[in-house]
Amino acid sequence: MSQLRAALVLSVLFTLLTGLAYPLAITGIGQVLLPHQANGSLVRRGEAVVGSALIGQNFALDRYFQGRPSATSAVDPADTTKAIDAPYNAANSTGSNLGPSSKVLAGAVEARAKALGEGPQPADLVTASASGLDPHLSPAGALAQVARVAKARGKPEAEIRALVERQVEGRDLGILGQPRVNVLALNLALDALAP
Amino acid sequence: MQADLLQAGLYALMLLALAVPLGWFMARVFTGEVRFLAPLEHVILGAAGDRREQGWKAYASSLLLFNAAGFSLLFGILLFQHRLPINPQGFDGLSWHLAINTAISFVTNTNWQSYGGETTLSHFSQMAGLTTQNFLSAASGMAVAVAVARGFAARQAKHLGNFWTDMTRATLYILLPGAITLAILFLALGMPQTLFASVDVTTLEGGKQTLSLGPVASQIAIKQLGTNGGGFFNVNSAHPFENPTAITNFLSMLAILAIPAAFTFTYGRMVNDPRQGRALFVAMGLLLVAAFAAMYAAERFGNPLHAAYADPAAGNMEGKEVRFGLVNSVLWAVTTTAASNGSVNAMHDSLTPLGGLIAMLNIQLGEIVYGGVGVGLTGMLLFVIITVFLAGLMVGRTPEYLGKKIEAREVKLAALTLLVMPIGVLVFGALAIATGTAQSSVQDAGPHGLSELIYAYSSATGNNGSAFAGFTANTAFHNTMLGLAMLLGRFGYIIPILAIAGSLAAKTPAAATAGTFPTHGPVFVTLLILTILIVGALTFLPVLALGPIAEHVSVLFGRTF
Repeated sequence: MSQLRAALVLSVLFTLLTGLAYPLAITGIGQVLLPHQANGSLVRRGEAVVGSALIGQNFALDRYFQGRPSATSAVDPADTTKAIDAPYNAANSTGSNLGPSSKVLAGAVEARAKALGEGPQPADLVTASASGLDPHLSPAGALAQVARVAKARGKPEAEIRALVERQVEGRDLGILGQPRVNVLALNLALDALAP
Repeated sequence: MQADLLQAGLYALMLLALAVPLGWFMARVFTGEVRFLAPLEHVILGAAGDRREQGWKAYASSLLLFNAAGFSLLFGILLFQHRLPINPQGFDGLSWHLAINTAISFVTNTNWQSYGGETTLSHFSQMAGLTTQNFLSAASGMAVAVAVARGFAARQAKHLGNFWTDMTRATLYILLPGAITLAILFLALGMPQTLFASVDVTTLEGGKQTLSLGPVASQIAIKQLGTNGGGFFNVNSAHPFENPTAITNFLSMLAILAIPAAFTFTYGRMVNDPRQGRALFVAMGLLLVAAFAAMYAAERFGNPLHAAYADPAAGNMEGKEVRFGLVNSVLWAVTTTAASNGSVNAMHDSLTPLGGLIAMLNIQLGEIVYGGVGVGLTGMLLFVIITVFLAGLMVGRTPEYLGKKIEAREVKLAALTLLVMPIGVLVFGALAIATGTAQSSVQDAGPHGLSELIYAYSSATGNNGSAFAGFTANTAFHNTMLGLAMLLGRFGYIIPILAIAGSLAAKTPAAATAGTFPTHGPVFVTLLILTILIVGALTFLPVLALGPIAEHVSVLFGRTF
């Protein structure tokens, strides 16, 4: 009996302490001291919110650098029991989860590579990211798109290539992760350079 | 390659640097020497009311009752979340089987995600429901380890301590301060923390994008620290809001193994022989390094089926994120499956066949490579008992551990736990295949389909929580069976090890003689590792041959499914 009482009392007390007081206190600290991060690291152009610095978005036009293939989906508005492809749906994260021997995956990798050109392409451009929201490309993945973007914008390739190179971020603290380019930041810089 | 190994090496060093002092601190917490929160501790334990010393049975029944209360509370919250506050998305209550599965999952420290965080759960459910159990299931596991260490060290004692006191101290002095520190760091590095559900933005191309938000940082901090692993978002720590940078990734990986690794040192202190703790640390460390090397090689080699189209220089990038790159994805996959964490920063379903095999095997060995908080250590101690028994058989002496005779009762109980993984994985898996529910849930055809099923049941029984996520687990059959597997995998270890501790506590340690087999030297560490590998291999090699190994051979010969 005394064990039952302890079990119930401690369940309630710790729900109040760790399930409410703790997350709400952290929320308070975040909203007061670190509001930019706490609210999703939003990026503005002028007045308009154009995205989050951390979340990739869908770029389909030739005049923009395009992020990695994304496997996210959304509910089909025509038939709510079905899902349709909706790349970079930041309300429903997912990877492809296709296995290494998957015919579907092999076909998708082949089709993506052929759409980009001859021979092997940068791996990040032909494989789906884990989250479907990967905001980054490898430097090689961005450089591979320079010719297309330069043509669409009517700019010399050298200028666009220099822009990409300026946007390359090194490893964090010089050691962790790998060099990468934030696609949204790159495209914002691109719009500023060559509207 | 060099930069990759530098990151892995830095991780190993930082882990060691963190685990040693933390282990020392935890030992002081559980012996009652750390008292800076004594007033709060007194209020909480006073309200609870039961502060008597407990034998192993009372200790175990307290734990079971506490977990049952936690289950009921969480089950109710999930089932009725539509009637509860802080539900900005207006989500419905969960189905009964999803609510049962999720409640078992969080109470057993598994954190298997049959649910998709941002599309199923209200903020209230995430905070008051899941975050609470992230703390309490971890604290329960830590209490078990402490009671077991006391039992092993005791001399003619009847008691193992008081569950409520140990669990409360674990929460107040270790988990809560750690989680607060980590949550604030995570916030500063970009993780959101808000009660709003989402924000809509207009993308550069003019499309609308809805960014799911919520109280993320607070939950992720304890999810890692308590080897829980249940994500705020569907893709867990691959989601840029749940793991924004390589630095949050590094801190998360440290948090996953910090307490489990520290427990080896805590144990050494509590049994008054730090060498015993160090030997366990080394055995676990060697297994971890071997797993990392094998998976790194497999992922670096990449997928030969894609070699003509994907530049092999980057390795296998399907289901991985650019900001982490190959090495941090592999290091995470190894640590999360070695510990019973189960959070992921890459999609394990898309690992190469041999990479996936390592992840699966890590879980199937019983998650004793540091393992879950507390229970990783006790799982390893079960193997220690098996090992000293085997060593005793080899030389024809009664096996001893820490000067105490290991007799029939202890060996029987330890051997019983060797059946937990095979029952949960092989028997339940076979049942799923026989009833056809496996076939309708797997996403991929061919041997990979079997891998998806085996991974799911390994993950549940091992209380891991990671998945080959192509597998559709959210059905009445799998939610129920995986729920049973989680219970079996949690209490099927905890109760026997507490019983062993109770029985060892009553014994009198004998002084070491020239004939005593030392359990802290390289010979013992080697024997221990071999025992673990032989038991694991004998049990699971056949099914691994049909799954990942068959797939590996298929891929080498260019066969797709």
